[in-house]
Amino acid sequence: MTKILAFPQMGNYYVPANYLFSHILNLKIMPPKKITKNTIELGSKNSPDFVCTPFKYTLGTMIECLDDGANVVMQFGGGCRYGYYSELQEQILKDLGYDFIYVNLISAGKADIKKIYYKLKELNPRLKIVKSLYYLLIARFMVKYMDKVDDYIRHNIGFEKNYGEFEALNGKMLKEFSKVKSLFELRHVYKKYFKLMKNVQVNKPLNCLKVGIIGELYTIMEPFANYYLERELANYNIEITRFTNVEYLLFQKGSKLKKYIKEAREYIKYNMGADASDNVARTLEMCKQNYDGIIHIKSSFCTPEIGAMPIISKICEKYDVPIIFFSFDSSTSEVGIKTRLEAFYDMIEMRKKK
Amino acid sequence: MDKLKIGLPRGLFYYQNEYMWKYFFEMLDCDLVVSPKTNKEIIGLGEKYSIDEMCLSMKTYLGHVASLVGLCDYILVPRIDNYGRMNQSCTNFLAAYDLVNNLFEGKLLNYNVNYENGEIEEKAYLCIGKILGKNKKQIKNAYQSALIKSHKQIKKQCINSLNKLKSSKTKILLVGHDYNFEDELIGKPIIEYLTSESCEVIKCYELPKEVTNKLSFQISKTLYWKNNRENIGAIPFLEQSVDGIILLSSFPCGPDSIVNELVIRRVKLPILNLVVDDLSSFSGFETRLESFLDIVKQKIMR
Repeated sequence: MTKILAFPQMGNYYVPANYLFSHILNLKIMPPKKITKNTIELGSKNSPDFVCTPFKYTLGTMIECLDDGANVVMQFGGGCRYGYYSELQEQILKDLGYDFIYVNLISAGKADIKKIYYKLKELNPRLKIVKSLYYLLIARFMVKYMDKVDDYIRHNIGFEKNYGEFEALNGKMLKEFSKVKSLFELRHVYKKYFKLMKNVQVNKPLNCLKVGIIGELYTIMEPFANYYLERELANYNIEITRFTNVEYLLFQKGSKLKKYIKEAREYIKYNMGADASDNVARTLEMCKQNYDGIIHIKSSFCTPEIGAMPIISKICEKYDVPIIFFSFDSSTSEVGIKTRLEAFYDMIEMRKKK
Repeated sequence: MDKLKIGLPRGLFYYQNEYMWKYFFEMLDCDLVVSPKTNKEIIGLGEKYSIDEMCLSMKTYLGHVASLVGLCDYILVPRIDNYGRMNQSCTNFLAAYDLVNNLFEGKLLNYNVNYENGEIEEKAYLCIGKILGKNKKQIKNAYQSALIKSHKQIKKQCINSLNKLKSSKTKILLVGHDYNFEDELIGKPIIEYLTSESCEVIKCYELPKEVTNKLSFQISKTLYWKNNRENIGAIPFLEQSVDGIILLSSFPCGPDSIVNELVIRRVKLPILNLVVDDLSSFSGFETRLESFLDIVKQKIMR
């Protein structure tokens, strides 16, 4: 029986994940699936009542993939509740009658390279350390370049002259990324496309509206989970800043968190779990840099963010910066979000004109 | 000099550390002000200071803190991060101090327990003792004797609840956080109802915690919340001797949402899952408890 691997999607990050696993594991990999309404319905139907939304999304994706013939499911895990998803998801899928192997890479909140290695070794007994480390390095740089490009796009996408140029270029770049053979080639592709993107004509006024997005990581990074909020904002000609990305979560968080807590020591003293403290510090930073508005998004029932919200609104009140809180659930209506966003935009624009 | 007054909010951390705090501060010559048992007023205060989506236990905790403001010199709000990698806390326990600090005026007494970083419990108690202006020897003595005394109390509780197993009544195991079951409005009505229906009630948090903590692996291998592990460990511990299990969680408790679902799927005993959201009426619960007891009793008859 050939093994076919499937894993839940988050934004465009399936590209490096796909790249890494296809090179080091001798398995077929299921082509990435876009999340649809059907996915969420499947997920919600089989999930406990008040679990946070990422659980429902990832479970839905897994069920769809298993239906399509995958037989190895991978979950990544992390801090807060996310680290404990795997055991329940495995149980639910087994109760549904599927026959599969479940692999959870990170357990109890922290990545242990040795454990991950053994888990992957089980999937592919011929796994070689040096080779896998090399591809891991390439994947790591791929994430870095993707996030750099994403940041640039986010700052400028609201002002492009020919609509859709950035997205088309980004798509092409990701396609070439998935075919690179060496670190050198990867860097070459990245430089080529970054140059092309810098040449895209933008019509950006000097004092444009600046909005920062903070919040819970999954909802921020998976566009379907936030109903393409960033695209919506770009239509309003707003410069968007977003701090959370995979590069930050995996490689910078360890060193930056202490700095963040120190910067915001007036308000917080400790790490409040997941990204809560980071978001408080970022709010303070953005308030000091005179942002026009802050958007806080999270999936409903996200406990760490709920703990941070009163502090965030306190800071915003003190610095007089408008903030809007969005809580996304599987049954949130898109129209309601659009209306609230429009009202928020009108408000910050009026404040700017004064 | 007047004695220092330390305020203890009756919620979240209180029930786990009740005896420890009591003896420790007694030895340090401080007065304790414990907030009153949860009542309508406290719930109202909690709702005023909290936001909608917070879990019910957190809301009542904030209410308890609010009721103490102005009545004491310090309010004790600890931060309990972890007792090792596999014994972590819910993020509400991590955020409670910062949250209270931002929402309320007034001095807070705070300690941090984080075994992964070497901040062990003794160190934490030393730290609060120093803030109160006591010398090191005094604090260490107080800590040691409080530890011994509280252990004695806890042991007594354990023996008590294990003795209950010998009774011939219907035995129901209550699985859930102590701050929910001991709460006057959340859990107490349920316990009262069960005892009035002549059931023997065994609470999971009054069992030897070192044992239940390890036994939890029989249900879930990757579970890493200390409280939840101690709670669900009671199930394999007493599986043979109880007739039914009641799970209680407050809406929307993060860890419970996943753990309870897993327990329901893996444990074969009759289980009733109760989620408390609204505290205004008990009649809904009464109906469910009644039918659950009917099922359990029928099963025994067979």
